[in-house]
Amino acid sequence: MSTSNLHVTRTSGATKTAALLGLIVLIVLVAAPYWAGRADMRLMGEIFLYLALASLWNLMAGYAGLVSVGQQAYVGFGGYMLFALTMFGGLHPIAAIVLAGALGAVIAVPVALLIFRLRGAYFAIGTWVIAEVFRLSFAQVSALGGGSGSSLPVGIVRSLASSRAGREHLSYWLALASAVIVIAAVYFFLRSRNGLALTAIRDNELAAGSLGIDIWRTKFIVYIVTASLTAMIGALIFLQKLRISPDAAFSVNDWTAFVIFIVVIGGIGTIEGPIIGTLIFFLLRETLADLGTIYLMVLGVVAIVIMLKAPNGIWGLLRSRFDLELFPLSYRVKPNKKG
Amino acid sequence: MEWVNAVVQGSLLGGLYALFAAGLSLIFGVMRLVNIAHGDLIVLGAYLGLTVTTLLGLHPLVALILVVPTMALIGYVLQRGILNQTLGKDILPPLLVTFGLSVIIQNALLETYSADPQKMNAGALETASVSVGGLSLGLLPLLTFGIAIVVIASLQWMFYRTALGRAFRATSDNQEIAQLMGLNRRHIFGLAMALALGVTAIAGIMLGIRTSFDPSIGGGRLIFGFEAVIIGGLGNLWGTLIGGVILGVAQTIGAKIDPGWQLLAGHIAFLVILAVRPNGLFPRINE
Repeated sequence: MSTSNLHVTRTSGATKTAALLGLIVLIVLVAAPYWAGRADMRLMGEIFLYLALASLWNLMAGYAGLVSVGQQAYVGFGGYMLFALTMFGGLHPIAAIVLAGALGAVIAVPVALLIFRLRGAYFAIGTWVIAEVFRLSFAQVSALGGGSGSSLPVGIVRSLASSRAGREHLSYWLALASAVIVIAAVYFFLRSRNGLALTAIRDNELAAGSLGIDIWRTKFIVYIVTASLTAMIGALIFLQKLRISPDAAFSVNDWTAFVIFIVVIGGIGTIEGPIIGTLIFFLLRETLADLGTIYLMVLGVVAIVIMLKAPNGIWGLLRSRFDLELFPLSYRVKPNKKG
Repeated sequence: MEWVNAVVQGSLLGGLYALFAAGLSLIFGVMRLVNIAHGDLIVLGAYLGLTVTTLLGLHPLVALILVVPTMALIGYVLQRGILNQTLGKDILPPLLVTFGLSVIIQNALLETYSADPQKMNAGALETASVSVGGLSLGLLPLLTFGIAIVVIASLQWMFYRTALGRAFRATSDNQEIAQLMGLNRRHIFGLAMALALGVTAIAGIMLGIRTSFDPSIGGGRLIFGFEAVIIGGLGNLWGTLIGGVILGVAQTIGAKIDPGWQLLAGHIAFLVILAVRPNGLFPRINE
């Protein structure tokens, strides 16, 4: 067979089917206010926000090799920015969410310049220190309730939509949109020139560097973009909670531990992994949550076992067995069709 | 005089932070492992101390005789059972596995001992003090500082003067060649973790006598230890003491300005040093 009979493609039957199915699922989800109950919509909203956080963490850790245990810094920052901008800036909540993202990117620049001096695991703990600095700093701001926090005034909540149902639908759609936007952003980023550089860095940092990829700059961009989007998700999370306090906003368990478990269980370094991981995480949570602390221990054990026995997670197992990929990212060589 | 007092008290507090840091530094030096569960292991040490003192009615310092070997045993089993499998070129597995361990330990403590703050009773030692040149120094902080010096000096001696220390350094320098020379890397790493958790046990007990503790405080202790390691310089054991002292002094001075600034001042001191001297003040390892 000569090479002229072959062509290189990213798409496959599976990616086309997945795209079609994904579209159908998306339409069904958009229509959820017409078929789902109030509690279900709340749960789904939470699932989408975790999916977005997990996809972002995965972009950093799985692709850029930036393992952060301090993403709660940006979740909390975004939440506090929502409160500050609406309460003192008089902004509409949705404008505040967008601006929170921009401010998140701005604040992430000096942070990155500082903690990029730390390597590997020390980088991880450095991010945690930053999150602590954020938490302690916001606890000092008495206008935002200091250490005990504050609630979003009723007027601001009403400005979102006048009826309770309207607000619930809107916050559901915002959560869904955030997950879709984040996954789409990660997908298009990975298909771009920068994404190619990132994938090269993931596979072999030394080789990527010798090909002329500016590793520091690529990682820097990923860090800033992730921080910005995480801040927006944080603003959304606290728009749903309507109450913020330093301990809740900068909780390492809620915004980092769970997210890491989701990504590790689902499969790190793939777009599909966080999706699967989020579903499994919430399935476990809804069935085991009554067990309280035991549930968290089970989660820890599952994550450790997966890391040791199947480091590529559940999606990694599926992919190696069935050669499956739902998002067309990697290139495949295929024979041309006749004719 | 008040400021002198703050500096002196902060330096003594630094002894406790150096104890937090010594185990972390030792493990990193030997196997390049950063243990995210380190803080939770310190808290575990404190709780083991609490159990021993309440069950047997022993003084916390006497309880060390039981708690140190127990923690060392836990360390050896942990290293050989789980952590050895994570060591390799990729930094992700050790990081995520120790992160999982941290969550497991924290919640296991919560399940066993509840979220109520606990404290160990060390009797007269807690309040005793000596006056030196107009300053009143607590006997407990002095003792903690003294123990930190003894622990670091012994680790230093062990590292550079004993066969075990030679094995640690050899494995740290080149694992493959150390294996060829007949060292069992897995066993050596197990011993290093045992030693580190022995030190961690001491740190936990001193913490538990000094302040009240609950299962959730591990993360904070990890951060203090980590900051002391980085300020002092990677791989430098005496550096951890200097790092601990700098951190302690920054905290007490911060607290003097405004009580809400205590922890923040410590973190800011760390970030400033990171900005000015990214490798810490006295680095031994060039990574």
